[in-house]
Amino acid sequence: MLLLEDIHTHYGAVHALKGVSLNVKKGEIVTLIGANGAGKSTLMMTICGDPQASQGRVIFQGEDITQKPTNKIMRNGLSVVPEGRHVFTGMTVEENLAMGAYFQSKEVKEQQEERVLNLFPRLKERFHQRAGTMSGGEQQMLAIGRGLMDEPELLLLDEPSLGLAPLIISQIFEIIQQLRETGTTIFLVEQNALKALAIADRGYVLEHGELVLQDTGQNLLANEDVKKAYLGG
Amino acid sequence: MVPTMNESISYFIQQVINGLTVGSTYALIAIGYTMVYGIIGMINFAHGEIYMLGTYITFIVIAGLTLLGIESLPFILIAALIISMMVAGAYGFTIERVAYRPVRSSKRLIALISAIGMSIFLQNYMRLAQGSRDLAQQSIISGSWSLGTDEISVNLAYMQLIIFVITLICMVLLTLFISRSRVGRACRACSQDAGMTNLLGINTNHMIAATFVIGAMLAAVAGVLLGLYYGVVNPMIGFIAGLKAFTAAVLGGIGSIPGAVLGGLILGTAETMTGAYFSAQYKDVVAFSLLCLILLFRPSGLLGKPEVEKI
Repeated sequence: MLLLEDIHTHYGAVHALKGVSLNVKKGEIVTLIGANGAGKSTLMMTICGDPQASQGRVIFQGEDITQKPTNKIMRNGLSVVPEGRHVFTGMTVEENLAMGAYFQSKEVKEQQEERVLNLFPRLKERFHQRAGTMSGGEQQMLAIGRGLMDEPELLLLDEPSLGLAPLIISQIFEIIQQLRETGTTIFLVEQNALKALAIADRGYVLEHGELVLQDTGQNLLANEDVKKAYLGG
Repeated sequence: MVPTMNESISYFIQQVINGLTVGSTYALIAIGYTMVYGIIGMINFAHGEIYMLGTYITFIVIAGLTLLGIESLPFILIAALIISMMVAGAYGFTIERVAYRPVRSSKRLIALISAIGMSIFLQNYMRLAQGSRDLAQQSIISGSWSLGTDEISVNLAYMQLIIFVITLICMVLLTLFISRSRVGRACRACSQDAGMTNLLGINTNHMIAATFVIGAMLAAVAGVLLGLYYGVVNPMIGFIAGLKAFTAAVLGGIGSIPGAVLGGLILGTAETMTGAYFSAQYKDVVAFSLLCLILLFRPSGLLGKPEVEKI
């Protein structure tokens, strides 16, 4: 479904990604783990075309999207929940969700809204509240909900556990698993390697802009190097 | 002769009405500044010129329709409004494309210079097209109502009432557009977080263009109304009106639409009061002193609030 071939990305003079190749198949949860500054978010944003890769190809559902502008990429079956949530703080939950389904018909919008509110009952309680007044966990739920409004084939999640309480993190990971069961493919970037690998079918480990390991989630959890570097011994 | 108490009160109320009249047109122009600032963080210094353009178009429309023998006032007014809004919208769109989009990712100073360049260009283009002298237009809407009792009475000119009503209609429509419509919501989203809006598949360039067009249309409405109210136009009126409206926008809190309206009304009233009780020559002094004071003591403006980000 998603294929990255030898991706290089530069941020000004910084060579952030140095030849990354990976793939995500339909129905999978694939995770990308790595330390702070390894280039995880850059990889995620390169898929979205912001910044564009300076070399290599990004292929989504058979189409080369490497050079497409971000807003075109994001209209066809791809949704992103970026790091730091980026909910529209001055808008209500309802409006935030509506923004997620900007190009959808009214029926799809209502149908997706119902699905999201069933997934996150908290959002139903906060439906007319401004996103900026909600807790971090609620904002994260909203960001994921907004990402789902467009009925994506592939959902890109960048650090959904960032800055959240352990209980909320568990809830969010449960929901990610539920999403896969309903047919959404998930590419998950995480620093919380333990949680991410536990639910992932496959995982990649990124270090200094290069992939150093790839295996099934379970094998990576058992891998000594991974344990030492990312799972606290 | 010392005026009586009642005369003083009447005079005061009359000045308030006059002030609010001017103030509501400042508000219309200020909304354009504040919306553009809200969405791209730049001051559109060519915005005052759109107002000037609106006034010229009004005069042209009146002259044209009179030549054709059409004398129905409502028809002239509506025609002037529609035509100048359409032309101004086209100008707003073009200004964004020509003077802003190419420099949007450069330094702010470059965008500022580009805006000032556009402003100078439009002024001089108008001078070439229409001449640099004042054009005068006999007021087509005259007369007034006398309101109040025998003791306290004020005059409300028909034109003033028209200004209030049309301004109010514009504000209501704008509010509905921004809060209810799909595009309005996307404009708001864009001004809160353009990067995220883009990540949702929405072309932020379209939203920015829409903001310029709406701002320009409102400035054109102000141009029509003030053109009919004062009956004079020259290519330079946009400069000072633009500065005043900019002051109003900053006063209310740049980026805030209710702030722009409040700022416009306060500024218009303050100016008129100065003219009425001190000297008309000090009007601008008061207006720009207000700007200095607000920048010194409350840089975020009356209704603007410093953004608090939640982590």
